[in-house]
Amino acid sequence: MTNKMDNNHPPEVRADKPLTEMTEAEFAQFLKDNPRQERAFKQSGMSRRSFIQLMGATLALSGAGLAGCAPTGRPSEEQILPYARLPEEMIPGIPLFFASSMNLGGYMTGLLIETHQGRPTRIEGNPQHPASLGATDVFTQGAILDLYNPDRSLQTRNNGEESTFEAFLEAVQGLELGDGTGMRLLTETVSSPTLASQIESLLETYPNARWYQYEPMTRDNALAGARLAFDQDVETVYQFENAEVVLSLESNFMDAEPGKVRYARDFATKRKVRVENPTMNRLYVAESTPTITGSAADHRLALRSSEIEALARALAVEFGVDVATSGDAPWSQEWFDAVVADLRANEGASLVVAGTSQPPIVHALAHAINAALNNVGNTVIYTDPIAANPVINMEEITALVEEMNNGDVTSLFIIGGNPLYTAPSDLMFGEALVEVPFSMHLSLYFNETSARSTWHVPQAHFVEEWSDGRAFNGALSLVQPPIGPLFETVRSTHELLALLQGDERTNYDIVLEFWQSIYEGDDFDAYWRGALHDGVAEDSAFAPLNVSLRGDFGSQIAEITPTPIIGLEVIFRPDSTIWDGRFVNNSWLQELPDPLTKVSWDTGAILSPATAEELGVSDEDLIDIQVNENTMQAAVIILRGHPDNAVTVTFGYGQVFLEDEQVGRNFNAYSIRSSLAPWFSGDASISATGNTYELARTRYLDMEESGIPAVRSGSLQQFIANPDFVDDMTDPKPEANLYDGAQWDYSDNHAWGMSIDLTSCIGCNACIIGCQMENNIPVVGKDAVANSREMSWLRVDRYTVEEAGEERTKYQPVPCMQCEQAPCELVCPVEATIHDHEGLNNMVYNRCIGTRYCAANCPYGVRRFNFLPYVNDESIMQEWRNPNVSVRPEGVMEKCTYCTQRINATRAQAIREGREIEANEITPACAAACPTQAITFGDINNEQSFVTQLKAQPHDYQLLGELNTKPRTTYLAKLYNPNESLHDGTSSEGEEE
Amino acid sequence: MAVLDDKSMQNLPREGESAHPGREWNSYSEPGSVTNKIAEVIFARTPLWWWVGFALSFILLLVFIFNFLSIAIRGTGLWNINVPVVWGVGIVNLIFWIGIGHAGTFISAFLLLMRQHWRGAFSRFAEAMTLFALATAGLFPLLHLGRIELFYYIVPYPNTMNLFTQFRSALAWDFVAITAYGTISLLFWYIDLIPDLAAMRDKAKSPWVKFAFGIGAMGWRGESRHWQALHKTSYALAALATPLVISVHSIVGLDFAIAIAPGWHHTLFPPFFVAGAIFSGLAMVIIFATILRSGFGMQKLITTWHLEAAAKLMLTAGLLVCYGYLIENISAYIVGHDYEVDLLFARLFGDYAISYWFMIFCNAIVIQLLWFKRIRTNPTALVIISLFVLIGMWLERYIIIPVSLSYPYGETMWSIFNMGFWDILTIVSPFGLFLTATFLFIRFLPVVPINEAQQVAIEDASPTEALARDSAEDAAAAQQGGAD
Repeated sequence: MTNKMDNNHPPEVRADKPLTEMTEAEFAQFLKDNPRQERAFKQSGMSRRSFIQLMGATLALSGAGLAGCAPTGRPSEEQILPYARLPEEMIPGIPLFFASSMNLGGYMTGLLIETHQGRPTRIEGNPQHPASLGATDVFTQGAILDLYNPDRSLQTRNNGEESTFEAFLEAVQGLELGDGTGMRLLTETVSSPTLASQIESLLETYPNARWYQYEPMTRDNALAGARLAFDQDVETVYQFENAEVVLSLESNFMDAEPGKVRYARDFATKRKVRVENPTMNRLYVAESTPTITGSAADHRLALRSSEIEALARALAVEFGVDVATSGDAPWSQEWFDAVVADLRANEGASLVVAGTSQPPIVHALAHAINAALNNVGNTVIYTDPIAANPVINMEEITALVEEMNNGDVTSLFIIGGNPLYTAPSDLMFGEALVEVPFSMHLSLYFNETSARSTWHVPQAHFVEEWSDGRAFNGALSLVQPPIGPLFETVRSTHELLALLQGDERTNYDIVLEFWQSIYEGDDFDAYWRGALHDGVAEDSAFAPLNVSLRGDFGSQIAEITPTPIIGLEVIFRPDSTIWDGRFVNNSWLQELPDPLTKVSWDTGAILSPATAEELGVSDEDLIDIQVNENTMQAAVIILRGHPDNAVTVTFGYGQVFLEDEQVGRNFNAYSIRSSLAPWFSGDASISATGNTYELARTRYLDMEESGIPAVRSGSLQQFIANPDFVDDMTDPKPEANLYDGAQWDYSDNHAWGMSIDLTSCIGCNACIIGCQMENNIPVVGKDAVANSREMSWLRVDRYTVEEAGEERTKYQPVPCMQCEQAPCELVCPVEATIHDHEGLNNMVYNRCIGTRYCAANCPYGVRRFNFLPYVNDESIMQEWRNPNVSVRPEGVMEKCTYCTQRINATRAQAIREGREIEANEITPACAAACPTQAITFGDINNEQSFVTQLKAQPHDYQLLGELNTKPRTTYLAKLYNPNESLHDGTSSEGEEE
Repeated sequence: MAVLDDKSMQNLPREGESAHPGREWNSYSEPGSVTNKIAEVIFARTPLWWWVGFALSFILLLVFIFNFLSIAIRGTGLWNINVPVVWGVGIVNLIFWIGIGHAGTFISAFLLLMRQHWRGAFSRFAEAMTLFALATAGLFPLLHLGRIELFYYIVPYPNTMNLFTQFRSALAWDFVAITAYGTISLLFWYIDLIPDLAAMRDKAKSPWVKFAFGIGAMGWRGESRHWQALHKTSYALAALATPLVISVHSIVGLDFAIAIAPGWHHTLFPPFFVAGAIFSGLAMVIIFATILRSGFGMQKLITTWHLEAAAKLMLTAGLLVCYGYLIENISAYIVGHDYEVDLLFARLFGDYAISYWFMIFCNAIVIQLLWFKRIRTNPTALVIISLFVLIGMWLERYIIIPVSLSYPYGETMWSIFNMGFWDILTIVSPFGLFLTATFLFIRFLPVVPINEAQQVAIEDASPTEALARDSAEDAAAAQQGGAD
């Protein structure tokens, strides 16, 4: 904003009162004293009133002008004006945070939305929110990009033609809905009490109307399982912080189940092994597709999805449930006995969790086992369902399609989602939809469903609208928009539903008035303000219900016969980065590699090495997968740890309205999903097409580590016996240094350092997106990723190794190590990367000429180069950029600097407040995002800081320390807690050698 | 001043018949005939092959300009380089072309100091080759930069930021070494050219050509003090240039040796790079000498004896290079650093194994033919072998740079470099610049130093000098005899 300020001009005469409060005479005098303002005023040809209004509007515009400090630095050619009066609390350069929350499948995650001059730039977790505790996942963080996505729909459309919202309202009035006969409403899972009450009142207005819900990543099995066990709709809430032994029956509770961020945290807090507190929980996982939860397991059993039920039945029998078992037992008896014994030994502190993808009987049996183990109330509690109206989604969508086919539906209102694409293929939703005379689709993007509906209305992003919803434990979470809608044409869901009843209240009023209506205390203002501040209503989590197994449990489950397992099994999973397909247009999430396969921009058909060999296919071969007459194409991804005779496909790709045509065009897993078998299905067949399809991976090959392992690991027993075991794995370091005397002295300064606890790291990728958002890291596209040009400053390496009789997958986040003796600094001829007085390896972007010598000499491979101009300054996408971080031009090297902007912001604040920086005051973006608090940052000169304490742990080690780079980032070895009755528990790589 | 006519040419001993190797110049019994023979090339009608060659080279030069500007403007990302393979064909080309240049200086300076008179035939165009190769090479460090417009940051100049070049970086050494080398080479080449330019000036008929040569000749009148000054300067510059032959490529080798990347961190590199440079440079010299002598009918000035001598040197340098390969691999294995061993196996049997074994074929196997005198004296065979050597030496740099970088510490970072359109264009098109300059040079400047050729002829007329030279030559021949 100051770039137009010319030093030659006389200093501004400050107005002694705000312009808005001046009289005409005072304003005239003000203009006289300020020749430039006068000129601007005269040129504008406006009245005083509109001039002052314009100055207010400039506030928003100038925020945009600062966006990301575009590298050109060209002064704006338009007339720009300084703030006349600052809005309350808004200080340029100091971000404001607003508590909000995001809905995924009806479950809310609490967020803080960072705004700079009114511009949302970043999403972090909300420490006050039970589903977040300050951390986030990739979806919630990535969602900020959808707000600015240039592909967002901004136009109301009628049969694909541009139209207006007013025309739509007229058309609705023309429908003469009457008592609602023929009127149907289709939503995703609704946990928002406000929305539920609106729908309720809508159904009162139109009594013959009906409301259906369909969520493609349905929780049907959990609900049906609860009904089977308790004859009651309940939500299962786990308390991992109390569980010593956990058995997951294909529950990916760290990555794909409700409450995952919280669960990951609770689980990890039981594994913070320190020499003074060497205790750990133990996790057994039986699962099909390898997941990050399976990677975290101490003992993982790879079973086909359909075989888990047999395991659950066999276990239930052990714990006194009378249930039929199937003859097959594709697991070792030793494994089974060890699990049973371990669960039994930890009665009251054990936990069996069943996954969304498992049939209701598995959920019911898990409930029964937990009850038998006395876990209810300790490690698992039951609450009211968070959905306002819990339903079996597959039944709902089936019923709706049937009604549509019968011609019973004359007007269909679809709120959100993309059912035409996500509905099971056997229902032929698309064919039914075109027969409906009036249909409306409210959505963020113009997608398949929008195209086949008669009307499409653009939807407001959650950052732009007021709403609410419930977290996994029922906590009432507020959705608070830090800004108004970016575009006038978008509509909030609440407003649209209100308008259907002729109610013209604003979005804010609807939510506020509903909250008033349910509030029972005396001081609503304080309650509301508390919710606005905290993002969650006080004490709103559901109380535990006292439920017990239904009386006829035995006869109920006896009716369910074991699922037969036939032929090749196809397993359906939500995608790890684009979920059910809703993030398909989100370039951050698209470019984010899958934690296990490391494939970005695509999905594929995941096969075990043995099955691939049997089928005669290899990596990147294009195959046809056929299930019940339906076929999909996918590229083969071979992944160790996948069960044999099964193939996994993930949802979300193959959307026709995807802008980028090169990506996953035909890989549509919904096209072979049936409403009867939504998660796995037998009798699939695979045939190679003879073609291949290039996948972009961020990893070279599936190879084992050689030499000194990058991830040093051992068992808990080994750690207790020899806490220094990691040091035995390395060569002694040479101490010779050519540049003696060039050692730095930090005794009077801060010395920043980082410690990453590999036992805690689950490989969820949240840190990668957090870093990308904080540091304005560009997206480069599939071709560039395929050529190893991804820009991510932080990568998460995956290693799959065979050790101690287990195939173990380990993750290692690798940011810049900020070496004390940095190889990069030595070789830069222009001093563009230099050591600072606090030990950071700074990148001086202005100085960099792009020799790339530093990258060639970096043993950690953490430097990233702008090979091409990756920054697009033209689009609205630049609005998400963090104004405190330079945007790097083409030809410049970049890398992690421990979020130096955050360090300096804290330093500035400390100086202003006349104090020292506190021991644990600074959190880099990666650490802030981490659900398991695996990343710790701080001043290693300060004994109070957590990082100093962690670095003093005996299992702290340096990556490639033998190169004598003296990295500031160090790791805590990955520890496992194997069951000693399964293995001798002491073997590890270190001792194998 | 008798002009050598076709008839008298026939009386001369035929190629390869001479009883005294290198003595063919004696046949030009009068000094002026040498001048005429060389000047003939310049003042005669332009031969057709020159036009064809020049046209093709010039087209390739235009391609190179297009290639250069595209990458400079659109970004180094046009190459298929990536992270970790951040250095690709740009740096490979830099080292390849500097290496080509080395033989020129080696022949003109090193052999001058060693009083190897036979070098006279090669020295001029070998030096010119050095210059053109250096000019070509010099463009690649620029093109390689992400921000070419800021290249001057690498120059140690006083500035308001109080920032200086970072002298711990080998790239800063490179800058100094290459600019010093370029300057000395240019001076050396030019100083020796002055008397010849004067001779051309005197021969020229057109006043414009006379004027142009006259400017270049700087008022040379052939006085004895001129000659004295010339010789002094030549020897002084040769004394300066000789260590540069060793140092420049040593320093280029240090670019890699001081880095800690697997495959780069070898103390072997400086001498290994020098041997490689001379090896490839001699290959280029042999190719050009052969083309020149057949193209301009200079079989009498550049004889098979010369070619054979160059071939012997090439074999020597080649064997040194092979020794380098051996030591490189053995030391990687002996050191036993896991990452070095990984790289060794990846190089030998991994994604780039074809490149590696083809390089071994070119540089270690094909050159063994040079043990045979029949091959060494067969210009066609020499050209073919030299072409293999050039390919092999290009591949060697390719294997040292992108291949080593493909396998850094830890497999999770490994990445394969696949050449794309722009990479291949960048390999091919620089020949346009080099060849265009070369064609212009052989057409417009004396390709063989007249004064040296004359000097040899005059010296031969003086019995004592000739005797001295003979004994020196015989001694040299005896030394090389072992190789025959």
